[in-house]
Amino acid sequence: MKTRHLIQSAGLSLLASAAMADTPVLTVYTYDSFSSEWGPGPAVEAAFEETCGCDLQFVGTGDGAALLSRLRLEGTRTEADIVLGLDTSLLAAATDSGLFAPHSVEADYDLPIDWTDETFVPFDWGWFAFVGNAGAEAPTSLRALADSDLKIVIQDPRSSTPGLGLLMWVKAAYGEEAATLWSDLADNIVTVTPGWSEAYGMFLEGEADAVLSYTTSPAYHLIAEEDGSKVAWPFAEGHYMQIEVAAKLAGTDQPELADQFLAFIVSDGFQSVIPTTNWMYPAKVPAEGLPQGFETLIQPEQSLLFEATEAEALRAEAIEEWRAALSQ
Amino acid sequence: MRRTGTLYAVLVLAIVLLPVLAVLRAGSVNLTFGAADWAALRFTILQAALSTMFSVVLAIPVARALARRRFVGRGALITLLGAPFILPVVVAVTGLLAVFGRNGLVNSMLDWFGLPIVSIYGLWGVVLAHVFFNLPLAVRLLLQGWALIPAERFRLAASMNLPVWHLLEWPMLRAAVPGAGAVVFLICLTSFAVALTLGGGPGATTLEVAIYQAVRFDFDLGRAAVLAIVQLLVGLTAALAAWRFAINGALGGGLDRVVARWDTAQLRTRVADGFWLCLVGLLLVLPLAMVVLRGLPALGDLPAAVWPAMGRSVLVAFCAAAISVGLGLFIALRGGWPATFAGAAPLAVSGMVLGTGLFLLLFPVVSPATAALPVTALLNALVGLPFALRALGPAIATAEAAHGRLADELGLTGFARMRWLILPRIRPALGFSAGLAAAFSIGDLGVITLFATEAGQTLPLMMYRLMGAYRMEEAAGVAFLLLGLSLGLFWLFDKGGRINAEA
Amino acid sequence: MLRLEGLRVEQGSFAIGAHWPEQAPGIIALIGPSGAGKSTLISAIGGFLPATAGRILWNGQDITGLAPGQRPTATLFQDNNLFPHLTIAQNIALALRRRGMSTADQKARIAEGLAQVDLAGLGDRKPAQLSGGQQSRAALARVLLQDRPVVLLDEPFAALGPALKAEMLDLVKRVLSDRLVLMITHDPQDAARIADRVSVVADGEATSPEPTQGILQNPPDSLRAYLGQ
Repeated sequence: MKTRHLIQSAGLSLLASAAMADTPVLTVYTYDSFSSEWGPGPAVEAAFEETCGCDLQFVGTGDGAALLSRLRLEGTRTEADIVLGLDTSLLAAATDSGLFAPHSVEADYDLPIDWTDETFVPFDWGWFAFVGNAGAEAPTSLRALADSDLKIVIQDPRSSTPGLGLLMWVKAAYGEEAATLWSDLADNIVTVTPGWSEAYGMFLEGEADAVLSYTTSPAYHLIAEEDGSKVAWPFAEGHYMQIEVAAKLAGTDQPELADQFLAFIVSDGFQSVIPTTNWMYPAKVPAEGLPQGFETLIQPEQSLLFEATEAEALRAEAIEEWRAALSQ
Repeated sequence: MRRTGTLYAVLVLAIVLLPVLAVLRAGSVNLTFGAADWAALRFTILQAALSTMFSVVLAIPVARALARRRFVGRGALITLLGAPFILPVVVAVTGLLAVFGRNGLVNSMLDWFGLPIVSIYGLWGVVLAHVFFNLPLAVRLLLQGWALIPAERFRLAASMNLPVWHLLEWPMLRAAVPGAGAVVFLICLTSFAVALTLGGGPGATTLEVAIYQAVRFDFDLGRAAVLAIVQLLVGLTAALAAWRFAINGALGGGLDRVVARWDTAQLRTRVADGFWLCLVGLLLVLPLAMVVLRGLPALGDLPAAVWPAMGRSVLVAFCAAAISVGLGLFIALRGGWPATFAGAAPLAVSGMVLGTGLFLLLFPVVSPATAALPVTALLNALVGLPFALRALGPAIATAEAAHGRLADELGLTGFARMRWLILPRIRPALGFSAGLAAAFSIGDLGVITLFATEAGQTLPLMMYRLMGAYRMEEAAGVAFLLLGLSLGLFWLFDKGGRINAEA
Repeated sequence: MLRLEGLRVEQGSFAIGAHWPEQAPGIIALIGPSGAGKSTLISAIGGFLPATAGRILWNGQDITGLAPGQRPTATLFQDNNLFPHLTIAQNIALALRRRGMSTADQKARIAEGLAQVDLAGLGDRKPAQLSGGQQSRAALARVLLQDRPVVLLDEPFAALGPALKAEMLDLVKRVLSDRLVLMITHDPQDAARIADRVSVVADGEATSPEPTQGILQNPPDSLRAYLGQ
């Protein structure tokens, strides 16, 4: 019995792979935590494959910065049809690379700003924020934080997108005064980590009073762990935003399928997965609304965001400013 | 066989250098070396030099105590000495923070006594972490030096009432310390995550951080390659300097031996040895215990994908061990400058540039997903190579000195000599090298981030992905698994090398 | 037939020379004071040291530049004559390695060799499991099976007691009498016991071998000085 069963299933899988050979494959490059089994990847894949008659394959490569760097390494020979997970701070460089084609998606986004980019389709977004413990001292602005004795962990803007986000946040809020703020923040910074994970882990271990993360981070603890002890600090200067986008590769061999996927991104099938797997706000709130728990999150009154080319122009100088202020 | 060795050494150098050249070629050469780069170079050398000094100087009394004391748990302590080096950096840092961090054991105690707490972050934090990683390694390297002093010499010194330190130990250390120091220096030179996490800010920027930025954010490959070449030159210079000053000391075999000594009964030396052993024991065991304590509760909740990932990691580790020992054997037989360069270059090269360069070279030929595991195994093997060379070289020399004449007499050359003389005589060193390479490979994230897909993830990659998804507890569970696997594999190979390996 | 033609071997500032006519099979004792160069000469003939001048000829053929394994010689050293990690049988099998023999033939030859040195049945032991005398016999069996016409003995029995040494010398005479054996010794009694020729090694030279009987009864000055007569 057992043998026959094995043969049968072997036959089935042969059939299956024969069927696969005829199915078009859509290759989507994304960052690791999107494609991993606890990220949005599996649910998105299942939902899209239901309708597309295709095989959607995610390729996860490090973080957002690694993603763009890999695409540039591969150049026009890349097998990617779609890239999913570039963030606003990388858009100028991504546009300059000339690797991407315009999209035809039209949607009514629920973003704090107007989105009109012709190449990139936003799929989720969030505000950067310092996340601390509920009930503890909470400063109300970047300035108040710099003047306090509170300890924070941040990420390095040279190796991490949240780190770069904070750099832009300070620049957007303080402009010419950014260097002064960094100097005053220096004694609050416990350390600067290479990536988000290390920093967040250190905060959870009690190494700091707060960590640079997102306003949505407390939702993870609340919903996944039923732990309401983490809060994001609302700051008077406003909060810098991160918008994550997807785009079609100019050299794709599946242009129709790629367009279909970009359209799918702004539909409920994709958007309803985002809040509790990627722990960000969906770019277009699905019909059923946001999951319970998200209503407890802080809602910054002012959203800050540099335009892509402006951010790119500011970056080198801002990093040098940051380095000089913190190296004292 | 000599020619094979040269060939392999050249192959190793090619695997290290070609990717650097590929990166250089892909970018526009940018020779500007700004103030920030000079600062990074200075800090890189400063922290590496300090870390090396503390690791090696502290290793001397510890290795001496281990060499001359027999006590319960001595074997276990020696096995544990291999642990920090093979731990993924992020795991080790978590363990260290649990002891020395703001909320750690040390500061809790200080606080309890009403004393001000101390901060681990900054240059000294980086040095502390590097000492945690490398002191045990240096102890193992030096312990070998003690094992090479023949027991009869101690007897002779005792019968003539001569000072053992002056007569036997100091000359041995003069031969062994430069080599051990060079290995530690090279490891600290390319430090990325430790320097960044514990450095406390951009003042603690190493060259590797600048390289990372150049590749990831600026996509300035020319600059990345130039920085990598500067780093490589510093490393090779250090290795050559050590080679000039050092007589090769052995690394493998004979660790279990306690030589009978007649100079160790005084209370003073007993107290001193006890102090050093307790110190290194605490420095080692406390952070490791923290990793275990945090990981154990999560072990039941690990996602199912952890098991195939573990299988892949073990497979990669076995391949890395085989390649490392295979290359090491032939290169060690060859000796000389090829061995020196082949033993230094893999440690001195920038991991970021190596991975990127290999990607550029391989991508046109083979899909990155297919190449992910083989490339990871190969690069892990290369990192194990310097240690394999340090273990195998002296073991081969010893076998040749004792039995080479008989092998000549019997006309044993080439592979027959390898089979009947070399291999059986150097088995403990082979086991040690294979164990180290395997254990290191298990914990190494390496280049897999650049190549891997969902289907091919290894255990360290999975740990990072769990961390990236807020799942710190599960990540701690995987970290515990990594620690256990690393130690288990090292123990397995090391023991395997010793079974039936009679004199 | 072994001939040394103006042979000169140097080791640092030390040198030894020998000029010997053709030597037929039999046992030649090399006798002389410590440091006279007996081992140096033997090593050069065995191929472990290069000759600085002159030639070593075997049956008229120049063998001066050959590797040890390619010479018609087999050497027993003072120590390390067996690989400690191999059994006695494996050690001896290495001597038969290049003969293209079947495994069964090899086994038979090894058993025969062991029997000749009175070690029958001990082939499975490792050297450390044998006594000093048995190790010497095993090493002798190795040389026997190497089947080289010239056997060089560099004091392999020096560590044995007088009775055991005498036993080993008799064994050498019994099993190797058809070959040319060069044997280093300090003791004229060893020479008298088995050697048919003696070469006196002193003052930088190994004299041409002379019959034992005559040379011991009427020693030349150099030997007389060594013997304290």
